[in-house]
Amino acid sequence: MNEREAMIELRGVGKQFKGPERQPIEVLEEVNLTLHDGEIVALLGKSGSGKSTILRMIAGLVPPTCGEILYRGKAIRGSEAGISMVFQNFGLFPWLDVFENVRLGLEAQKLETAEQRRRTLEAIDMIGLDGFESAYPKELSGGMRQRVGLARAVVAAPDVLLMDEPFSALDVPTAETLRDDLLDLWQERKIPTRAILMVSHGIEESLLLADRLLILDGTPGRIKGKLPITLEHPRDRNANHFRSFVDRIYRVITSPEIPLFGASEKPGLDYRLPSANVQQLLGMLDAVREESDNDRLELAELADELEMELDEIFPLIEALELLDFAHVEAGRLRLAEQGAGFLDADILERKVIFGQALLEHVPLARRIVSAIEAEEDHKVDEDLFLSELNESLTEEETRRVLEVVVAWGRYAEIFAYDYDSGEFSLENPTAEEVSGEE
Amino acid sequence: MPDRYRERAMAPWGWVTRWDLVLLPLVIAVFFVLAWAGSHTPAGQYVGTNPTLSLDPALLPIYALKTTLRMACALVFSFAFTLLVGTWAAKSARAEKILVPLLDIGQSVPILGFLPFALLWALKFIHDPIVSADIAAIFAIFTSQVWNMAFSYYHSLKLMPKELKQAASVFQLSTWQRFRRLELPHAMPGLVWNTMMSVSGGWFFVVAAEAITVSDHRVLLPGIGSYISVAISHRDLGAIGWAILAMFVVIMLYDQLAFRPLVAWAEKFKMHPSSEEAPRSWFLNLLRRSGLVESLRLAIGQLRATLHRPRPPHRKAPIRERARIIRLSPRLGDASWNVLLGAVAVATVVFMGRYILVDVGGGEIAQVFLMGFYTLVRVVVLTALASLIWVPIGVWIGLSNKWARRAQPFVLFLSAFPANLLFPLVVVVILSWQLNLEIWLSPLMVLGAQWYILFNVIAGAQQVPGDLREVADNLGLKGWRRWKRLYLPAILPSYVTGGLTAAGAAWNASIVAEIVSWGPHTLIAKGLGSYIALQAADGDQPRLVLGIAVMIIYVLLMNRLIWSRLYRLAERRYADV
Repeated sequence: MNEREAMIELRGVGKQFKGPERQPIEVLEEVNLTLHDGEIVALLGKSGSGKSTILRMIAGLVPPTCGEILYRGKAIRGSEAGISMVFQNFGLFPWLDVFENVRLGLEAQKLETAEQRRRTLEAIDMIGLDGFESAYPKELSGGMRQRVGLARAVVAAPDVLLMDEPFSALDVPTAETLRDDLLDLWQERKIPTRAILMVSHGIEESLLLADRLLILDGTPGRIKGKLPITLEHPRDRNANHFRSFVDRIYRVITSPEIPLFGASEKPGLDYRLPSANVQQLLGMLDAVREESDNDRLELAELADELEMELDEIFPLIEALELLDFAHVEAGRLRLAEQGAGFLDADILERKVIFGQALLEHVPLARRIVSAIEAEEDHKVDEDLFLSELNESLTEEETRRVLEVVVAWGRYAEIFAYDYDSGEFSLENPTAEEVSGEE
Repeated sequence: MPDRYRERAMAPWGWVTRWDLVLLPLVIAVFFVLAWAGSHTPAGQYVGTNPTLSLDPALLPIYALKTTLRMACALVFSFAFTLLVGTWAAKSARAEKILVPLLDIGQSVPILGFLPFALLWALKFIHDPIVSADIAAIFAIFTSQVWNMAFSYYHSLKLMPKELKQAASVFQLSTWQRFRRLELPHAMPGLVWNTMMSVSGGWFFVVAAEAITVSDHRVLLPGIGSYISVAISHRDLGAIGWAILAMFVVIMLYDQLAFRPLVAWAEKFKMHPSSEEAPRSWFLNLLRRSGLVESLRLAIGQLRATLHRPRPPHRKAPIRERARIIRLSPRLGDASWNVLLGAVAVATVVFMGRYILVDVGGGEIAQVFLMGFYTLVRVVVLTALASLIWVPIGVWIGLSNKWARRAQPFVLFLSAFPANLLFPLVVVVILSWQLNLEIWLSPLMVLGAQWYILFNVIAGAQQVPGDLREVADNLGLKGWRRWKRLYLPAILPSYVTGGLTAAGAAWNASIVAEIVSWGPHTLIAKGLGSYIALQAADGDQPRLVLGIAVMIIYVLLMNRLIWSRLYRLAERRYADV
């Protein structure tokens, strides 16, 4: 593979965003990757790992903070004509019909009108949009819309095609059809594209398409593992070989070399609490108990059982580990003592157990409760915690983390939160308040 | 913030509907009746000559308070009207057919034109010029505010999710409980926003309505509007400065203590909170966090708990029975209703025609339409000019998050500030430089209206999806091509709302902008606005009715031929990005 030309090369690329206080927030660190001529590479990672940022840096939409990005040996400056992109939510212009949307891919190039028209129609025919030239995007189904996105991306004959979770907004059968069609076009060399880099959070989806998998993880994001996929096309997701690949990927993602869930490091106040709700956590614990004899379940099997993708399953696992309810060992989730107790308790006991776990393992929850207790009127403004979190998190992330801790704290009844005034308090609402409520 | 500046009643089909043909004469008939009855009121008998008002700046706080009270009073009436008419239109199909087009015509009526009618009408019964003028002014403000509020409420009732309605029935809510727990809260975000927009627009009218001239008699209501009007006749620039300052403070207080807290508060009624940043208000936070308000709420709660008597659940007549009541030969009922309306419309046209034609010949009618055309040209040219200036600036501001956040409150403030307070400053410039009146008086019409365009364009540009901007980057769309393909189509729906509101405001403003005075000088630009203002001052009722009717026709035609079409095109193709 090494003798093939490198289409895209990232060398020591890092990216920082500016936080609300203009403090730098590290998103990506020391990313090295090469996309060779003739291969499809899938970049796998959970949300917030910076995978979309990598794609956008290659597309020239976002400049890297450090390191360099080369396109066929030359540093990229802004958007390159040879690099095109397919967007997760299609990115179609609603006021242009299919023909005009596809032609948009050629507009920046100085071409004659007749030539533009010929190539646009050619791309439309190739992608299977024949007959829909005059339809507006809102008239099309999701699958057809993404076909328009694809036609627009390939109409200018780019060398490199970037795809940002191209199938995640589609239902399962539609995604399947589009993926097969894309693979056909690629294998029969109908599209002139020489390399594809796809971002995904679907393990199976990546395994069905890619020649090579890169796994991105951590905060800030780093390439955690590389995995060549040696499976023959057409790939069968039920074949043993395929299943063993799925298993291996879960092992790489949960491998302890790079601490993932903060289990080995003590989480701080600004720990990015995973977006997991308590009912889902219970569902997951229950699945582990039901589907296994010894309270241990393969992650791949768990994902299958819960019908969840990487993006959905990892926040739950992370939360379970954080609260000491369950732990990942060698690609399996093992129910911990606390977790088993939580699962077996009745509704009111569960709240007590969850509250204890929160106070023990989540510094932010501890901080909120002690701040409330320190105040005379037992009321604390959320702004206090927002500004503390803001020191190391983006504004969006700060909000999200606070929402998670509010939901958890409410469930455990360790504090109350008033949405309107943004105040935390200890008191339970009194009878008068309930009757006098607006 | 809501993407639409104001909700508008839009006639659903075509550019002229049979309802217009019926309702337009009916609306004009109302003026006709008012005018006819008013013409027998000897205004001079009640209104003294040479009224005056002290220009002492120390009195301005009191004047400002009175002006504000007038606004508040009109608002109460607007609210009552909104709830009644909105509910009626939403719940009765027969009423809906009439009321929706009526709201559309209502918002096209030149409010300042019929102010003299309202005054004469009030004088007829009350005889006291100040009280009558107060009633007339409040009525004028009411008519400037009420249409979009009523439409917004109607709209939200119509769009009520079926499940919520069904839930209300399942739990047997009484009419009052349904209104209190379901209909009003559901309508709240739109209603609050439209109310605040109405109030912002209303400042212009309250200022203009406080000094009314009818049949050569002037009535001055104590208030900022009269203050400035007296300052103009005394050519007192200092006093004008004080009035502007006072108004500035009033609008600032209104903005901070009423507008923003209410809009932020209404946010909690939204079914699907928007992804945009929720509006915030320091004053609301203060209220929500203060112990005083908290204990007040508790006290009210306790009071209510003591007064509360459990009521038996409300039972409605069984469905079959009710159905029979409603079904009382609907076709016959509809037909006779339609015939009745049609007959009234025809009769009105005949009577009105005779009334007007007694004094006014066909040639003069054509003349008035020509005047209307002059004003039309002004409105079109100035709206276009304002668009040329503010669309690029608005897009530029809206695309930058930082600037949009800073500019929006400022633009809202500007749109609430009554531009007519600034007219004297422009007039002084025109006089001292001897500028052409026909041209240089025109900008006054859009002085206040232009902010509607800017505000909406900013809101529209803020909503250009980041996705599409990335696509445009990725495909290398730059310069004009980027504007043509991305920005202009993306802001079109918001622009249409802004342009429509601005044009409507400009028509209304023409009545005070085409004729302005400074001491003994009165500057007049030829147009329908100045025609209406002159007839009103002369007390020439037939001509005044004619002028108003022609303006309504022009505004309606412009709305139907230009804005409605653009609006529908925008809705169909450009919305739901």
